[in-house]
Amino acid sequence: MKPVLQVLNLLVTYYTDAGRAKALDDVSLTLNAGEKLGLVGESGSGKSTMALAMMRMIKPPGRIEGGQVIVDGTELTKLSDEEMLKARLSKIAYIPQGAMNSLNPVLRIGRQMVDAIKAHDDEASRRTIEERCMEALESVDLKRSVFKMYPHELSGGMKQRVCIAIGILLNPKVIIADEPTSALDVVTQRQVMETIDRVQEQLGAAVILIGHDMGLMAQFVDKVAVMYAGRLAEVSIVRDMFTDPKHPYAQALIRSLPSLENKGVFQGIPGLAPSLLRIPSGCAFHPRCPYRMDVCTTVRPELETLSNGRQVACHLYTEGLTDAGANGIQERHQSVYARPAVKDIDNRT
Amino acid sequence: MSIKKVLQRLGFLLLVIWAASTITFFIPRLSSRNPIRERFAELARTGGFSPADLEIIIAAYSAKFGIDRPLLEQYASYMGSIARFDLGISLHKYPKTVWELIMEALPWTIGLLLVTTILSFVIGNLLGAVAAWPRSPGWLRAFATPFVLLQGVPPVLLGVLLLFFIGFRLKLLPLGGAYSIGRVPQWDWPSFLDLLKHQILPAVSLIFGSMGAWVLSMRGMGVTIQGEDYVNFAEHKGLSGYTIFKDYYLRNALLPQVTGFALALGTVFTSAIVAEQIFSLPGVGSVLNDAIRANDFMVIYGIVLFITITVASLMVLVELIYPLLDPRIRH
Repeated sequence: MKPVLQVLNLLVTYYTDAGRAKALDDVSLTLNAGEKLGLVGESGSGKSTMALAMMRMIKPPGRIEGGQVIVDGTELTKLSDEEMLKARLSKIAYIPQGAMNSLNPVLRIGRQMVDAIKAHDDEASRRTIEERCMEALESVDLKRSVFKMYPHELSGGMKQRVCIAIGILLNPKVIIADEPTSALDVVTQRQVMETIDRVQEQLGAAVILIGHDMGLMAQFVDKVAVMYAGRLAEVSIVRDMFTDPKHPYAQALIRSLPSLENKGVFQGIPGLAPSLLRIPSGCAFHPRCPYRMDVCTTVRPELETLSNGRQVACHLYTEGLTDAGANGIQERHQSVYARPAVKDIDNRT
Repeated sequence: MSIKKVLQRLGFLLLVIWAASTITFFIPRLSSRNPIRERFAELARTGGFSPADLEIIIAAYSAKFGIDRPLLEQYASYMGSIARFDLGISLHKYPKTVWELIMEALPWTIGLLLVTTILSFVIGNLLGAVAAWPRSPGWLRAFATPFVLLQGVPPVLLGVLLLFFIGFRLKLLPLGGAYSIGRVPQWDWPSFLDLLKHQILPAVSLIFGSMGAWVLSMRGMGVTIQGEDYVNFAEHKGLSGYTIFKDYYLRNALLPQVTGFALALGTVFTSAIVAEQIFSLPGVGSVLNDAIRANDFMVIYGIVLFITITVASLMVLVELIYPLLDPRIRH
């Protein structure tokens, strides 16, 4: 299957007074049509920057310094600003966390939808445009009457649905949903996620779901990508990620989730996420990593595809590992965690 | 907004006008001064009245203006005449009525003050909005900075400085008056151009004197609004910069400014007094100033009442328009 979204070596830097902050450092990602990817990571790990970079919405002092974003054969990073305006929403759509403030309070919902279509298609008649908006509203389980309403007349969940309806107006190939369920109660969260799920299936679009909520991810996405300090640490299908995470950070992240088996026993991840201004040398996670080796402090691990198709950026899984090092890791691993998480070290052949 | 709310507002307006006219009526009458006596005493000092005649004249005029009657009776007839838009007769410019004086002066004041207030609002807010808009060209954004300085200069001083340099030193524009001395204003181009020439300095000093406040407050508002999620989402929708600026950014940033505009309208007549004085222009401010000097209390009350009613009505008007701008206010 031909991938509908390709992100290649994306590089985003914020130029702050305190120095250069590498918000995205050489990130590559591929997504097929109909695939749902969950993008998780701590605050400041680069999730939202990733979304903004794909939309080409990074604002000064931030800059896309390199890399490519290819959606459905079109290289967004090569488009002129004018062309990019047209590509937004029609090729790649962004659904904000709309429960709070993403709709203009002084314009009717209908007007805000019509605006979006008109910006891309100024030939369609008013009737056709309105009909399209009404259909979009219906497909997210909203009444047609919402078209004539103002944002303040809607509940948080309804506003979020409106944002989804706007996102799918032009049948985009890729939909980025940035924490679409924050500030919603759990029941509404589920309804909103089911709505995204349904419209995504209708459109056959690829979805990137950004968020912190691992529980929600487990239910709705196919693949999970874990970000750390502006880089991808691991990309795995959802079952593998939750049962057998490979990257030590992903392992720690999964272990920190409460589960039915170990009630009341949570393990946090020691230390703090690094500042993007002072990213540790080598692997950015090495100061917090229980399996730290000498090579980790100097050589940056690249995202490698293991033989079972999983992608991990960690020296534990790469060729250069010496026997002594590997043994040391195994020993350390036994002592740090009772349950071995790293079952087999996959030497690529 | 429902009819009931509109009627409620109008009722409230009537209440304000009644309260203002009552206060205007009673406060001067609380003092023991008799303006008619003062007026004639002044005349007597310069011209030869005999004291006995003076008393008769004062009594006659008091009866004519009705100030010898019981207070409540006076109040009733006063309210009655206000209801008929009868503000009484000027003491100083007798036999002109106060209403005539106001009507003669009003076009001048509206022509200068209202126009400059609106212009200052429009230009100031556009400049402020553009200054805060991150995609504006740099020179336009820098344009707002001088207004921070200008904001600190009182319009009066600005007017005097303009008069001195442009009117007196460079002799580019006239020093004062509404039209050139000796010209009989007619409805033709030369008269109009002459009039315009005389209005430039007052207009510039009034606009620049008040615009800084609009630029600064709008810029502050704009910075807040452009960070709002709905402006961001509008960009994600692929809208053009112009649409975002107009409908998503300016529209929202203007809301508090409209309230400010209503308040600014209230100061139109106050600035008229100063501006018309400095530039020796005719207008409501000049009439009021003359009346105060001549102790022409009928005119003073008439104008004070007129200003109160005008400002209160404009406030109600803005309040009625506001829900059209901000749907959240609709009841």
